[in-house]
Amino acid sequence: MTDIREIFSDEVVTRAIVRDVELPDGAGTMALITLDNGFDHTKPSTFGPAGLTSLAEALDAIEARTDLAAVGVTGKPFIFAVGADLKGAALVADRDQALEIGRLGHRVFRRLGELSVPSFAFVNGAAMGGGLEIALHCAYRTISSGVPAVALPECFLGLVPGWGGTQLLPRLIGPAAALKLIIENPLSQNRMIKGRDAFAAGIADAMFEPADFLEESLRWAAKVLRGEVTVTRTDHTAENWAKPIADARFLVDMKLRGASPAPYRALELVELARTASRDEGFAAEDEALADLLMSDELRAGLYSFDLVQRRAKRPAGAPDKALARKVTKVGVVGAGLMASQMALLFARRLEVPVVLTDLDQARLDKGVGYVHGEIDKLFGKGRVSADQANRLKGLVTGSLTKDAFADADFVIEAVFEDMKVKQQVFAEVEQVVSAECVLATNTSSLSLTEMAAKLEHPERVVGFHFFNPVAVMPLLEIIRGERTDDATLATAFAVGRTLKKSSVLVKDAPAFVVNRILTRFMGEVIGAVDEGTPLETADHALDGLGLPMSPFALLQLVGPAVALHVAETMHQAFPDRFGVSENLARLVAAGKPGVFKPDFTLDPEAVAFFAGGTSPSTAEEVRLRALRALAQEIRIMLDEGVVAAPQDIDLCMILGAGWPFHLGGVTPYLDRTGIAQPRFLPPGVASLPA
Amino acid sequence: MPSSRDVVFVDGVRTPFGRSGPKGLYAETRADDLVVRVIRELIRRNPNLPPERVDEVAIAATTQIGDQGLTIGRSAAVLAGLPKSVPGYAIDRMCAGAMTAVTTVAGGIAFGAYDVAIAGGVEHMGRHPMGEGVDPNPRFLSEKLVDGSALVMGMTAENLHDRYPNISKERADAFAVASQEKVAKAYADGRIQPDLVPVAVRTAEKGWGLATADEAPRPGTTMEGLATLKTPFRPHGRVTAGNASGINDGATGCIVAAADTAAELGLTPKMRLVSYAFAGVDPEVMGVGPIPSTERALRLAGLSISDIGLFEINEAFAVQVLAFLEHFGIADDDARINPYGGAIAFGHPLASSGVRLMTQLAREFGERPDVRYGVTTMCVGMGMGGTVIWENLAWEGAK
Repeated sequence: MTDIREIFSDEVVTRAIVRDVELPDGAGTMALITLDNGFDHTKPSTFGPAGLTSLAEALDAIEARTDLAAVGVTGKPFIFAVGADLKGAALVADRDQALEIGRLGHRVFRRLGELSVPSFAFVNGAAMGGGLEIALHCAYRTISSGVPAVALPECFLGLVPGWGGTQLLPRLIGPAAALKLIIENPLSQNRMIKGRDAFAAGIADAMFEPADFLEESLRWAAKVLRGEVTVTRTDHTAENWAKPIADARFLVDMKLRGASPAPYRALELVELARTASRDEGFAAEDEALADLLMSDELRAGLYSFDLVQRRAKRPAGAPDKALARKVTKVGVVGAGLMASQMALLFARRLEVPVVLTDLDQARLDKGVGYVHGEIDKLFGKGRVSADQANRLKGLVTGSLTKDAFADADFVIEAVFEDMKVKQQVFAEVEQVVSAECVLATNTSSLSLTEMAAKLEHPERVVGFHFFNPVAVMPLLEIIRGERTDDATLATAFAVGRTLKKSSVLVKDAPAFVVNRILTRFMGEVIGAVDEGTPLETADHALDGLGLPMSPFALLQLVGPAVALHVAETMHQAFPDRFGVSENLARLVAAGKPGVFKPDFTLDPEAVAFFAGGTSPSTAEEVRLRALRALAQEIRIMLDEGVVAAPQDIDLCMILGAGWPFHLGGVTPYLDRTGIAQPRFLPPGVASLPA
Repeated sequence: MPSSRDVVFVDGVRTPFGRSGPKGLYAETRADDLVVRVIRELIRRNPNLPPERVDEVAIAATTQIGDQGLTIGRSAAVLAGLPKSVPGYAIDRMCAGAMTAVTTVAGGIAFGAYDVAIAGGVEHMGRHPMGEGVDPNPRFLSEKLVDGSALVMGMTAENLHDRYPNISKERADAFAVASQEKVAKAYADGRIQPDLVPVAVRTAEKGWGLATADEAPRPGTTMEGLATLKTPFRPHGRVTAGNASGINDGATGCIVAAADTAAELGLTPKMRLVSYAFAGVDPEVMGVGPIPSTERALRLAGLSISDIGLFEINEAFAVQVLAFLEHFGIADDDARINPYGGAIAFGHPLASSGVRLMTQLAREFGERPDVRYGVTTMCVGMGMGGTVIWENLAWEGAK
């Protein structure tokens, strides 16, 4: 077995620095450990083998002393500690190494709870994963009311909080509250809680304000040591654990349908915590960590995390930022729902005037009214102040003519999906704006190059494809037409960044990335139903992937009419791979919102439109057909140069379609199931090494 | 609005004073954070004072740039979490900054403009060395408005020895040794610690620690040891690092209130302000400043020097204290003078020191109900002195 320190050779080592502190009121000397990796808060402290060794050495020195009244642990400014070094975790090559990572963490952390003097964690800043587990091993905890993030995000990535978290937390705060942190939050877009919530949940024994957090924490510790403050703990083992565990299992099943092992292992470990001894519980955590560290689901999770953390921030192929032009005013052509949502987003994030135009005063009033109404809602929820609400409302206005765009730097159209209409709109806009004004289109399927073809300055046209709902979905597909210049593109990326979206550069190709893949995918499933496969069988054939929704649920969300329109567009472009379902067309003609009733049971009338096929497939056949189609389509897209790499496809599917981390978006899953031939990514990139 | 009200000193605290420099206690601690600690501790120690009843926060700093800039009284109030409705300002009279903060808010209280104020001072001489950013007008020298030595405090101390030829280096050293001994005893007796605010300090190298005691005192200082020190301001001079205060970092603060408001809120004031005065002297002998300022304050109070039972006089230099004593005919080792020791041992973070004097006098008053009046006084660069006379509210004669 390789020494695990060699695997983590790039570890940014978090040092455990010990300094003696004289506690107030003669409470004695505390050895105060500061966890610090030597960087500022933008690079939070993490733990790999060298960091754990540093902590172990600090504890060795502390244990050798007899003059101490207590031991404390705190972090560098703004950060307590944020858990395991993930870069190293992705390089672990065999199960023995994986097991040793779990064991080493336990060996070191548990000493904090087994010293001869009381231990205190002073949680001064972000505490996640292993960072929070260090605090849990201590006898007492204080937390700053300014802490922005407390979380056990392991299940989000495909791990379990296995350095004591699953055993210590349920005992401390009870199974229901613990499962919320260990399972529910990670599976809800990796939600984090704040210091105040953590205190309310019982994770910390005392809370102090950030201005003198450490001083007050030390004063409190002195009071505990002198017996002036008594911390009472509830014995949660007598409570009903079965119900919260069953509730959590229901939630995991609903979200994942068994697709990723981590949350299930976490559930088992929490269940064990009620009765297991520390040794048994920690050993079970070691085994779970070893299994999960050696799982493809985790490797795909780490890959996905890296995509959204790094690649999304440095989009592949984006031109030099310095080329971006300043945007001081935005025009939005159209005043429909999409246009209004965009206007609100531009006003909130860019904080520049935004003018909506429409030919119809009533529609215009409705659009501007929608934006102002949304701002009032934000004010009502306390998300913006009264002054900010006034400012934002003042920024968003309507105009019947496009003259109002004269001094705009960025005009985006969100009119009807029709090439002639859009060309006409851009031609009109070009009459009033400057030659440098960026003309952006929110088209989801039309050719950008064609849209720009008749303009005087086609180089300033760019695609800016949002996902619905605009305010929520993090992905922005930025489309470069054949003649789009770098300055225009750079401006589009800069605007995307300011809008807090993750942008991916896409070549001008039918339906771009997300819609093309989803349409192909749904087309295969609908095709199978058209051929006679029972709708329910086909709709559940891909449950094992743990997608956020089944194909027909997605159809319902998108709307059958829109889905049909995109399918037709794609059929025109690639008739041999994209079909148009006549059954779907009849469903649309009947005005049905989908195949489900509002209570999400199947609507027999809607299902009836899909009857009549004579060559049914099994669920397995549907699954293989859909996955092979995905692999084929993605391969063609990469060959066509729609995006730079498989990573961009995966990033789009994660951020634009909510496809899960444990699939790595999609290409890692297609690789590891052997569907992709040849592989999209080499072994080890998003899977276990060869 | 009352035309004049009694003004009282309710409570004072300070951070431990550190030695300035890269190895000092506060080497990587911001000056404004020191003030924040002081304000928060004052509020915490006086729970009967609703924070919104603080009408002003006056904080002194000599060098008002960087972390001591941005109108530090206001910015520290915001950082300390006082309600945004509480205003604040920055004030400067070099070494007498905090003293001036107190007298200025006291004037405002007496006039009826405020009921309660926080006054204090800070100087992080490590982050802001003396003279940082100053730009003396060339006319000072070209027109001989001041002597060339006036801006170098050590030289003014040597000048003071010239003016008082009786004050030898040995006398100055003996005073310094006594100051160190008194501080050590005051610490041993637990007189200093109750008014110190512990400060969490961090360096990148050493991690977090807690400042709980002054860093500057050198217990065990001897005449022999002092005799070996250099006289950096003059060859064969008399002023050394041992008989002068050092270069230090620290902050102080106190609550000053109208006597009627203190009663209304149930605060526990310790001293009543009797009078105050500032006076100017030749800048090149700035150390004599406390003499005319004290004479003026006594005159305003209708008191004589013999009425004063305790003196807290800032020990910028031993010679400057000795000149004061010589003038008023008080013995060098008079027990009324700096009973807990002074700046030669504690250190002198310029603009903060005035409130240290008051805080110590308040504690001494508590132990000395036989004493009715006390003086806090200090010399100031550019040739000034400041004096505040206080009445002991624990004085037994009033009961």
